[in-house]
Amino acid sequence: MSGQIDPRNVIITGVGGQGNVLASQMMGQALVQQGLVVTIGETYGASQRGGSVMSHLRISRSQQWSPLIPEGQAHLVVGLEPLEALRVMARYGNPQVLTLTNTRPIRPLDVIAGNAEYPELEVILSSLARLSQKVWTVEATEIALAMGNPIFSNMVILGAMAGLGLDWFPLRRDSFQEVLGLLLPAKAMASNLEAFDRGQAAVQALPL
Amino acid sequence: MSILSLDQPGRTVLFMGNEALARGAIEAGVRVCAAYPGNPSSEIIGSLSQVAEELGLYVEWSVNEKVAAEVAAGASLGGLRSLTAMKHNGLNVAVDFLFNLSMSGCRGGMVIVACDDPLALSSTNEQDTRPYAKMLDLPLLEPSDFEEGKRMVSFAFDLSEELGLPVVVHSVTRFSHARGNVTLGAIPRGQDKPFFDASQGVFPKPIEQTHPALHRKLRQAGERVQAAGFNAYLGPASPELMVVTCGSGVGYVKEALHNLEAAGRVGVLKIGGTWPLPAELLREHLARCQRILFFEEVDPFLEDNIKAFCAQEGGALAGKTFYGKASGHVPDWGENTPDVAITVLARVLGIGYQPPRPAAYAAEAAELVAELATPRTLGLCAGCPHRATYWSIKNALALDGRQGFTFGDIGCYAQGRGPSGFGVMKTMHAMGSGAGLADGFGQLTRFGAEQPVLALCGDSTFFHAAIPALLNARYNNANLLMLVLDNSATAMTGFQPHPGVGKNAMGQAAPKVELAEICRAIGAEVVELDPFDVESTTATIYGLLQDLQGIKVLVLKQECALLRGRRQKLLYRVAVDPDKCRGQECGCHRFCTRVFKCPGLIWDPAAGKADIDEAICTGCGVCASICPAGAIAREAV
Repeated sequence: MSGQIDPRNVIITGVGGQGNVLASQMMGQALVQQGLVVTIGETYGASQRGGSVMSHLRISRSQQWSPLIPEGQAHLVVGLEPLEALRVMARYGNPQVLTLTNTRPIRPLDVIAGNAEYPELEVILSSLARLSQKVWTVEATEIALAMGNPIFSNMVILGAMAGLGLDWFPLRRDSFQEVLGLLLPAKAMASNLEAFDRGQAAVQALPL
Repeated sequence: MSILSLDQPGRTVLFMGNEALARGAIEAGVRVCAAYPGNPSSEIIGSLSQVAEELGLYVEWSVNEKVAAEVAAGASLGGLRSLTAMKHNGLNVAVDFLFNLSMSGCRGGMVIVACDDPLALSSTNEQDTRPYAKMLDLPLLEPSDFEEGKRMVSFAFDLSEELGLPVVVHSVTRFSHARGNVTLGAIPRGQDKPFFDASQGVFPKPIEQTHPALHRKLRQAGERVQAAGFNAYLGPASPELMVVTCGSGVGYVKEALHNLEAAGRVGVLKIGGTWPLPAELLREHLARCQRILFFEEVDPFLEDNIKAFCAQEGGALAGKTFYGKASGHVPDWGENTPDVAITVLARVLGIGYQPPRPAAYAAEAAELVAELATPRTLGLCAGCPHRATYWSIKNALALDGRQGFTFGDIGCYAQGRGPSGFGVMKTMHAMGSGAGLADGFGQLTRFGAEQPVLALCGDSTFFHAAIPALLNARYNNANLLMLVLDNSATAMTGFQPHPGVGKNAMGQAAPKVELAEICRAIGAEVVELDPFDVESTTATIYGLLQDLQGIKVLVLKQECALLRGRRQKLLYRVAVDPDKCRGQECGCHRFCTRVFKCPGLIWDPAAGKADIDEAICTGCGVCASICPAGAIAREAV
């Protein structure tokens, strides 16, 4: 990690059932393999039933930080769902924040029921652009569906994170592969690695 | 292969707090582990169950927490090291036994992990369990980070065995469900043969011997904890403020002092062994300054006890100015966070703090989120059998017309109190309380009550605590209809097996207890149905309500949609025929999305038609039976 900023704060956010917790666990485990000190705070439990789910990652060279990021101090926000990426800006965003988001919406219950509207993707992305230093997108769900199962979306997103080329976020493919071997059955290795690679290749910066 | 069982001393890995506690037990040579699942504690026993065979442990999901504590204590009486873990509500269930066990003592090391859930993130209520340790006269340890959590559990086993007393380790959601670095130690491979020394009985009486002995043991525990290094003072020799904190508070205070650039002014007294109070430590360090701030979560446990200690001590500890919950500086409910710690410390220290972002940015972000980001109301998952059940109950009660209602229970189906269960569930208290409440209301026909009463619980909850209430209802001839929503798992807490599943915690085949047979043996009229057949279910509930004399049980059996989804098994391929879909027309008005509102259904505003979200639909096919136009087609897979 370059620079003096410690810890680096990453938020991975999404909707219950998107594999947010597993994604942050794999990323954290991979970074610990690389010698960093990582703390992850997760909100789930009741939240897994269609609610917003957010993981806070604190990445440090030396210290075990608390599992929650203070207000306005996110460095990177990763949305498994675009509206969720926007939602975390209210509390954690700042003008320097970097944002990566999946483009596929999951409609809240109130939108399904017709009590509220889900904004156009372009509106969400332009709002994210106003609130971020830089925004990247990846069509993670579409890539996962093309692979045969939307469950791979979270691994596509992890690959996309590695594809951002941030010097302070040194997630290496080899440590990710090692963690896959530790956490998932052997037969799941090839498909998850493929999802990671596809995400790394597919991430796109939003034109400013 | 699992990270939890890695036999690589010195390697650093990322562990969930619960895994760190489990690893501490493994490194201490635990042999028997028992619990009933409950968040945030579930992954302690859950992760141990995954490595049980490999490490030669016995791990079980018990039917409830009292039994789990007894199973662990039984192993301890046999000389083995044992662990039980539970959420705060679970400790309430177990304490009747534990108040006897603390006086009788145990033999092999026995550790009780109690996990609280401040702000009730995945609980029905908020509760601080730490006062139990004081009432039980048991040592209480509170880890502040993951490595310490592992070390504390290992230490707790040694302490328990040395004193012949169970030791309580306390955690909260932000520890149990957080993750951090832990360095692995060695895994012992001892295989002592269990033996119960029957030359002496194990009794909580005579009190004149056991209670004084318990107090002696507790004093010894305080000395041993102090020597173990879990209590520490961090800060300058003469701070202007002393923060007394424990558990999650330690990290938050550190974070706050970093943000306020105030570490040089403030002392932090980190207390790892919170009961009994570390008297020597308090004498030495509280004398350092006049102003003392207690920063802890939920109840003022340290605050109240340390204030009493200072009053008793007098001298250098007299006349302090205290800040905390009683003074209104620290919230007396909910979760603490770094931001709460920053706010509290900034106020007490008189520092003006602004978060590191421009106010205009914060205002714009808040405005955009308020305008665009509709909150996500919690709901039942796509294809959840409970949605179909609630649909049938709602319609059957409407048909019945006597204002019947449903008392509910704890589990995923508690979402039935909200929009995705059509507001059908009207109460939620302790495990099994829905049946007990219905039992009570079911006695009121003698006073002229005309409303039929339904009780509802899940399969795991039924085994945990609903059986006594149902038995009581039968014995005392209450009139009620009980619905058991059997989805073949303890779904809410992570799909743990239970006595009705035919599998144990370690994945081995187990005798299957049919809950319908238990109900029949009690004397209930029992009907079993598939809730996805909403027509039959509605008609059956209606029929059972018409002559509601005595107890009737309807078992609605359909596997949890998430479990089915793990096998990628759609029951049906579902599609909307846009030519038949009436959309917003009269006679429909978006019936499927507006009223039934399964997340697998979406409304396409451009086309004015309903549609299926292929990434979310789990293929239960129920929406095909509720569409008034027959526009939703399902094809069996």
